[in-house]
Amino acid sequence: MWEYTDRVMDHFENPRNVGVVSRIDAEGQVGSLSCGDALRLTLQVDKDKDTIEDAKFQTFGCASAIASSSALTEMIKGKTIDEALSITNQDIAEYLGGLPREKMHCSVMGQEALEAAVSNYRGVPIKSAQGELICKCFGVTDAEIEKVVKTNRLTTVEEITQFTKAGGGCGQCKPKLEELLALILHQAKTPESPAKPPRMTALRRIKLIEEAITQEIAPALMRDGGDIELIDVDGNEVFVTLKGACASCPASNLTLTDFVTEKLRALVDPNIVVKEYRA
Amino acid sequence: MKTIYFDNNATTQVDPEVFAAMEPFLRDMYGNPSSMHHKGGEVAAPLRQARQKLADLLGCAPEEIIYTSCGTESDNTALWSALRAQPERKHLLTSRVEHSAIYNNVSLLRRLGYRVTEIGVDKYGRLDMEELRKSLTPDTALASFHWANNETGVIFPVEEIAGMCSERGVVFHTDAVQAVGKIPMSLSQSRVDMLSLAGHKLHAPKGIGALYVRQGLKFSPFMVGGHQERGRRGGTENVPYIVGLGKAAELALRRLPEENSRVRDLRDRLEEGLLKIPYSIVNGDREHRLPNTTNISFEYIEGESILFHLSSFGVCASSGSACTSGSLEPSHVLRAMGVPFTAAHGSIRLSLCVYNTQEEVDFTLEKFPPIVAKLRALSPFWKDDGPAESALLTCDSDNCNLCG
Ligand SMILES: Cc1ncc(COP(=O)(O)O)c(C=O)c1O
Ligand code: FES
Repeated sequence: MWEYTDRVMDHFENPRNVGVVSRIDAEGQVGSLSCGDALRLTLQVDKDKDTIEDAKFQTFGCASAIASSSALTEMIKGKTIDEALSITNQDIAEYLGGLPREKMHCSVMGQEALEAAVSNYRGVPIKSAQGELICKCFGVTDAEIEKVVKTNRLTTVEEITQFTKAGGGCGQCKPKLEELLALILHQAKTPESPAKPPRMTALRRIKLIEEAITQEIAPALMRDGGDIELIDVDGNEVFVTLKGACASCPASNLTLTDFVTEKLRALVDPNIVVKEYRA
Repeated sequence: MKTIYFDNNATTQVDPEVFAAMEPFLRDMYGNPSSMHHKGGEVAAPLRQARQKLADLLGCAPEEIIYTSCGTESDNTALWSALRAQPERKHLLTSRVEHSAIYNNVSLLRRLGYRVTEIGVDKYGRLDMEELRKSLTPDTALASFHWANNETGVIFPVEEIAGMCSERGVVFHTDAVQAVGKIPMSLSQSRVDMLSLAGHKLHAPKGIGALYVRQGLKFSPFMVGGHQERGRRGGTENVPYIVGLGKAAELALRRLPEENSRVRDLRDRLEEGLLKIPYSIVNGDREHRLPNTTNISFEYIEGESILFHLSSFGVCASSGSACTSGSLEPSHVLRAMGVPFTAAHGSIRLSLCVYNTQEEVDFTLEKFPPIVAKLRALSPFWKDDGPAESALLTCDSDNCNLCG
């Protein structure tokens, strides 16, 4: 059984603001019956003051979906449109004293319904609904995911599923989610473009090659029972010997050219040429 | 608040007689049956009697029973034993509606290079027997079909499948975790090769299960270890629980007639009463069904929210909705049956047992309709007293995998 807070249970058992406002100035619909939850939010707006006079909801979904919708309407009533828009899904969850991680998507649904209603009011397209469709099972776009990852500081694909449902169906989109997450996290970490590396001196180049071989390439070969030794470096030419399983393996040439070259080119310099040294 | 427990397919209350039978073995009679002293000796006879009682319930010989820790272990043991004992065969035949103890092995097996055929069911949850017949091949290492479905209670024609398998020389296993104690069985007269059961579904505690393995069937152990269970399942015997399961089997055998008369009547009364709620549908074949189970969908509302409201009245049930399945999709059983999404998310399973009473049924029938009405009043898919026309019925994504 989910551990819901008393506030969640209160808003579930006694939902506030159920129904449709008497004059619909804005309307937002998110989710669907097939996805397992859906929310229709209607707003009555004082156009002069740009203020939400009344908000009502209709929700199909679990206890936390109903509680999140109820909380949302309470939070936005009396607020200006801009104030309301600054409410995040985190704020909704906090208002309820927290939600189980697996249910955070309910708070996200609330926030998205609000965004949809405001877009409808302002006559502009919904920002997060645009973008590339990443998860077909739950109709989630990259823009939605990016927003949720950033506001909630998510770091894993599992969390993305808990917050947006993406990845929770057939699972086919998971590799895409991995990629997208890496991209978003990378952006977050390196706001400025990385500093240019200093020009490579001969010493530095040799050091980097040595490092790449001992730390990356040799361990990989050892896993298959082989080994590699660095003999010499001359400009772009790198001389190595192969030991153990690799040397006797008929595919050892392939291992050398394909694997070692590819690694060194990626890690050190794209112009590197690897040569096998035979004593 | 009084608890009304209608979730007996999830697990059952330990019977007081079972508890009493177990107690001495949790106190003074703690010996290991393998020990060569009187503490070991004094548990040998109770163990033997317990095995006999379970054999009586199944209608088999006591030597054909292997104790395990749970239904899942029994299922996995049966599956992997059949595959290991016949390494030349690379095909598994099963259905789309098995319990996850079998179902979740399918993708693993495929990754390991096995061929798996999953037979579909119709909208009543009935197996496509023609398809099944055609899919039995000389390469088939195992056919595994549950006796009764845990969500809908639908019963498969197990004897018929067992016959088809035996004619073609294919090993047949049935997951009878939901059937044992609810359906009379006589395994020595059937052609079932292996059968799984779990103690906690018949008023024994959690932590004990069993696998029936027909005498003479090639077997390969899942838990390799000591000589216990004739070398077929290592591990010191779980004496108190084996004794408990013996007592539970004795009670179940005695209660079989009541289960199939009084409990069935209560279930029918509950079901008929709930079907008076508009836009409610029974999921599953009402004719071939466990006597204690009903699965009903209340359209346009979601199952978890029904369960929470029921729970506030002390009523325990379960749902196949996405929110309760532990995943984000509704149950694979309802999807395999093609239950539409309008109904799958609002499915409620009520599963009874001999402890239930008519008062409990009537109390539930009184509380249920207002809960449904309250949730429908909240639902964007409902207007006044019928479904609303809503753009949200299916999502707007063109190629959504869920809506198909
Ligand atoms: C049909 C069926 N098979 C297997 C199991 C698994 O049993 P256990 O939870 O004891 O491992 C269950 C329990 O829900 C079941 O209903
Ligand atoms: S496409 Fe995302 S879970 Fe299926």
